[in-house]
Amino acid sequence: MAAVRVRVAPLLYSYTGGLKTIEVDAATVGDAIAAIDRRFPGVAFRVIDEQGGVRPHMNVFLGEQSVRELDTPVSAGAEIYIVGALSGG
Amino acid sequence: MTQPVVPVGANTWILGTRKGAWALKPNGGMGEPWFFGAQVHHVLQDPRGSGTLLAAVRTGHLGPTVYRSKDGGRNWKEAERPPKFRTKEEYENSPLSADDPRRQGLVLDHVFFLAPGPASQPGLWFAGVSPIGLFKSEDDGVTWDGVSGFNDNPTLAKWCYNFAPGTPDGPKCHSVQVDPANPRRVLLGLSGGGLFLSEDLGDSWRPVNGGVAMDFAPPKEDGTEYEYGHDPHDAVIHPANPRRWYHQNHCGIYRLDWNDNGEQRWKRIGNNMPKDVGDIGFPMTCHPKDDKTVWVVPMDGGTVWPRTSVNGKPAVFRTRDAGESWQRLDRGLPSRAWHTVLRQAMAHNGGTSLELAFGTTSGEVWGSADEGDSWRSLATGMPKIMSLTAARLD
Repeated sequence: MAAVRVRVAPLLYSYTGGLKTIEVDAATVGDAIAAIDRRFPGVAFRVIDEQGGVRPHMNVFLGEQSVRELDTPVSAGAEIYIVGALSGG
Repeated sequence: MTQPVVPVGANTWILGTRKGAWALKPNGGMGEPWFFGAQVHHVLQDPRGSGTLLAAVRTGHLGPTVYRSKDGGRNWKEAERPPKFRTKEEYENSPLSADDPRRQGLVLDHVFFLAPGPASQPGLWFAGVSPIGLFKSEDDGVTWDGVSGFNDNPTLAKWCYNFAPGTPDGPKCHSVQVDPANPRRVLLGLSGGGLFLSEDLGDSWRPVNGGVAMDFAPPKEDGTEYEYGHDPHDAVIHPANPRRWYHQNHCGIYRLDWNDNGEQRWKRIGNNMPKDVGDIGFPMTCHPKDDKTVWVVPMDGGTVWPRTSVNGKPAVFRTRDAGESWQRLDRGLPSRAWHTVLRQAMAHNGGTSLELAFGTTSGEVWGSADEGDSWRSLATGMPKIMSLTAARLD
């Protein structure tokens, strides 16, 4: 497990109580999202659907890299960004 | 109509729109929006006296959910466990056929339709969703689970075209109606798929489409009717006479009078509509006390299905004799407009002085205080209206 920082976009502030950055221990991107869901129940289902896929209009970045596979490993000090996708013109 | 029984003392129209929900007060005032920016497919207040408001909400980014308010909409809280389909792993050992889409895992797109359970079971609610599915809450909307007798039914895939997208904006499970005289009898509609009936509060289901046209499919070679595959738009068990049902279909307007001694069959009462108007539409609104009076809103279902007012001339039609004859009601409505009234966007207030209202896809709300004889504008400039229901907000 590694200490990572998860930064969330404003569309999730109502779930995180206004927090923009959450620090969690995680081995993968999925771990990190599960960790913030334990602290803020319900937030994970807004990002990941019931079949385990990142919702089509949400984006998850590990550093600058877009991530759709939740088992992508993370290392200490990594930053994960959860943002709304650019959808439409 | 999505709300045959409304809360006692209803004094507010609740608009669910493409961009949020609004409460429209009798004085015409509207407060701040709820769920601003989100698609609100349905907002419904419990007619059983609890005051609970539920809202079916979907944002473009964050997916579908249900919100709940216990204080007339001042505060909303998301369901702790919103509706979600079973995972593909949970279907590994199910009796579903190998190519059933449920085995690959369905993803809920939106909650479309909310319905109270029987009066004898306060706290029980149903939710029809897209892709086709049915959910229930036994704790007044806090947590939701699939109705296994429906969602896991092996024949459901046959009934609903194998969960194919088909219908614009996605296939719908709608018109969930509990028989007020028989709390274990539930009717629902699938667009497409047809009408289905349960006599055991959702454990098992059977098609109930006898007599309903299906002109988008070739006649069966053996001359029999299709048992399922139809496209009901809006169905209601009449609250004053639960042995009488009405429904507006993709292929006409129908009435069914319950038969104790044989098959249940629908009669196409839309054949009595003016031929130049036809009997295509979305909403079916019934009078709360008179089982012979219903209102429909015809739309253009010709050629390429524009789904607008017929010939651009909006009108409501009413029958006072259970569909044997119809009257055009357009006094006060615009002489020219090209909107659609969606299936969940027409309601009455249940009052002794009955008021009606409907919302349009062009963001207008029209009301009538004389059972449809005349109409007046209640609101303009709203986003696309997807539902309109009556509530009591103090």
